[in-house]
Amino acid sequence: MIAIVDYRAGNLTSVARALEHLGHRCEITDRPEKIRAAERVILPGVGAAGATMENLRALGLAEVLRSDVARAGKPFLGICIGIQVLLDRSEEDDTDCLGIIPGHVTRYPASVDGRPLKVPQIGWNRVRQTRAHPVLAGVPDNTHFYFVNSYYPVPADLAVTIAVSDYGVTFTAALARDNVIATQFHLEKSGAAGLKLLDNFCRLKG
Amino acid sequence: MIAKRIIPCLDVRAGKVTKGVQFLENVDVGDPVAMARYYYEQGADEIVFYDITASNERRGIMIEVVRAVAREIFIPFSVGGGLRTVEDMRAVLLAGAEKVSIDSGAVRNPQIIAEGARAFGSQCIVLSMQVRRRERSEAFPSGCEVVIDGGRTATGRDALAWSREGVGLGAGELCINSIDRDGTKLGYDLEVTRLISESVSVPVIASGGAGEPKHLLEAFTAGAADAAIVASIVHYGEYPIPEIKRYLKSHGVEVRDAVP
Repeated sequence: MIAIVDYRAGNLTSVARALEHLGHRCEITDRPEKIRAAERVILPGVGAAGATMENLRALGLAEVLRSDVARAGKPFLGICIGIQVLLDRSEEDDTDCLGIIPGHVTRYPASVDGRPLKVPQIGWNRVRQTRAHPVLAGVPDNTHFYFVNSYYPVPADLAVTIAVSDYGVTFTAALARDNVIATQFHLEKSGAAGLKLLDNFCRLKG
Repeated sequence: MIAKRIIPCLDVRAGKVTKGVQFLENVDVGDPVAMARYYYEQGADEIVFYDITASNERRGIMIEVVRAVAREIFIPFSVGGGLRTVEDMRAVLLAGAEKVSIDSGAVRNPQIIAEGARAFGSQCIVLSMQVRRRERSEAFPSGCEVVIDGGRTATGRDALAWSREGVGLGAGELCINSIDRDGTKLGYDLEVTRLISESVSVPVIASGGAGEPKHLLEAFTAGAADAAIVASIVHYGEYPIPEIKRYLKSHGVEVRDAVP
């Protein structure tokens, strides 16, 4: 069973539908014991860092994700806001985050070389794979994925980055460290390539 | 680089697609789910459903359509038409839509934009507006007036002023639909599209008038649009999406590779 963490935000059902389409059993839940018992855990969604962390703490899930998922070696996938809250801190709402991956989250620049940059980034952007990883297996390099973000993660140790993309700056689009995987793009809205990556995660050995 | 998006628009009445006849074997062209799957497989970057039923007693039918579409396609899609309250928006988003598109309802009650953005985030809220050419004047510095109710009602509002107000209230994208060009196949209204796109900080979608691939190229270059709505140009099979994308790519426009 795959637990999809319900923290009262985001479009959780679209991840559930994608998993069902791929033939994986999943449950949307906010209960710590179910997340502890799950074979793997997904933290998906659209939302702001402040509200996301507030809800994760209020539901008692921040510590569960840190200790019983990330540190316990359970395969863990963060998507969109789910990658951003993995880091120590986000500039968005000036938020203390989970601190599972050292680093911070910052806003896309408002302009590049004097030309204004539209923020949020909304749409399909190319993702360059910088490191081989089983979760990227069968996904062609430079494939477009669907992004909706105003902020991007800056890991302290760039060795965790497995793919990058460009939007005003070159940023970490996907990262992996041991059992923790995360993407800045929406796997569940990125067509066949997104589904492939999601399926790869579901097949990673715990 | 971020790709320019091609967004087929499907008009749905009482659960059936109203345009888009005569183009395909093996596809029920009246069935919104089959049509959505077809465009998904063709490499559409997003899909818009416009519910022209828009009466409360029939709202449930559209929710069922959204739910069925969400099980079949894994790209973003939005739903517009007759959404007046945050609860209307919540219903289509919970059913699986990525975004909602608001139009006349936002002109009548601009606070709906702010309420929607607060509840679901700006990225969920597309402010769509129908615009009509007017003589450039103090009242209409952009040269376009916002109209509602399918063009039957003038609002006295300037298109650029309304765009700025909408973004200020929290709209995450703007869709500029030219009433003058709609259905003409003469191309998008590039002038107003560019004016608005260069004046706001959010993506702008060109709509109304596409008749050939060249028109999309113009929208993305002279029109400075981030995305373009297509309807009859794709519904009648004249220009399949992969062909439009090949054309754009050969002219240096970044598009998402149309791999099914």
